[in-house]
Amino acid sequence: MAQIFHRSFNTIARVSIYGGLLLLGGLAYVSWVVEQSPLYTDAKLPLVQPIPFSHKHHTVDDGIDCRYCHTSVEKSAFAGLPSTETCMTCHSQLWTNAAMLEPVRASFLTGQSIAWTRVNALPDFVYFNHSIHIHKGIGCTTCHGQLGEMPITWKENTLYMRWCINCHKHPERYIRRREDVFKPIYDPPANQEELGRRLVKAYDVKTPTYLTSCETCHR
Amino acid sequence: MTLTRARREPRWQGGQRAAAGVSLLLLASCLAACRLDMHIQPRFDPYAPTDLFNDGRSERPMVPGTVAHGHLRTDTLLYTGRINGVVADEFPFPITAADLERGRERFNVYCTPCHDYTGSGRGMVVQRGFQHPAPPSYHIDRLMKAPVGHFFEVMTNGYGAMYSYAARVSVEDRWRIAAYIRALQLSQHATLDDVPAPERGALAGKAP
Repeated sequence: MAQIFHRSFNTIARVSIYGGLLLLGGLAYVSWVVEQSPLYTDAKLPLVQPIPFSHKHHTVDDGIDCRYCHTSVEKSAFAGLPSTETCMTCHSQLWTNAAMLEPVRASFLTGQSIAWTRVNALPDFVYFNHSIHIHKGIGCTTCHGQLGEMPITWKENTLYMRWCINCHKHPERYIRRREDVFKPIYDPPANQEELGRRLVKAYDVKTPTYLTSCETCHR
Repeated sequence: MTLTRARREPRWQGGQRAAAGVSLLLLASCLAACRLDMHIQPRFDPYAPTDLFNDGRSERPMVPGTVAHGHLRTDTLLYTGRINGVVADEFPFPITAADLERGRERFNVYCTPCHDYTGSGRGMVVQRGFQHPAPPSYHIDRLMKAPVGHFFEVMTNGYGAMYSYAARVSVEDRWRIAAYIRALQLSQHATLDDVPAPERGALAGKAP
């Protein structure tokens, strides 16, 4: 009886097996890259806002503290966006003719809110509270990036769960002195590990077991 | 001749049918994962917009005159800085070292952009052009003699080109800031005699 398959099918079979595996591996790699990329996470993409607000200018050039505008960051879950009145505290006198600031003046006159585009948003099943992070020595820039270097604001991190967990497992790598929390540009000192372990104890940061338990963030 | 329809072969056989069922289930679960019901729940985040109200805000302004339980402002000194209509020169609560420290922190956050860290009135925002009118120095005669309630009143109601800070700084913190302004005024007019004797040595040779 004649052979059903020609002998060249040996090669075809091999190529299709190894090629298939390679294709699967490639697909996995590509999806991993896409999942990490700004295309999927929106991280590091400057956002278009009604007013091109510069954190760099206000915090570093002018030396204004974060809390001047984000007034509720120390006492509530939400950091708080400044009311138009807060903007006008200075801009009723400064840059009063700037076209760039027209939406602020219009909002002040009409009482209509300025429709900012949200930069950081968590899924609704995540419980997050700014105040506890501030009080335990987690600085603004740890999550929000070097705001003192951002002429236009972007989301610095992916806000993936594994990104949160990384810090909840190793808070000593990120914690800083309370007096440094609101620095708009901050680089960890050389002795971060040693300082971090000391601060975790001093600020009574909960254990990684507690910090990584489900109900800490999903309540 | 009559046309009889050929008997249809069943397309799927036992094992195949099971495999197809499982893959369908898997596919369905993939689709289910694309739903965002839990990510975006039917509730408002802070400042979320809505079509429900004409002004587009989900956060509703309070009806004018609303008083929450336990928040009736009966303590006129604490809330207005006045006693019987006269600007008070006393604090509504005793000022401790901790209060002064808190006052310093709040002053540095909310006041220094214009008033400067020493209260000279030459803060960064003033240097950038907030000069018509520029804020006065705390160290002029008028403000050295002003009762402490005056500073509280200015923070609460605004003064000249300065807006009210009542929405940004709590009542107690405004008093603590007033206390710190008093400390700043002392600091700029202190002599060596005001320094406790054991500390004077530390200042030797450091005068500007």
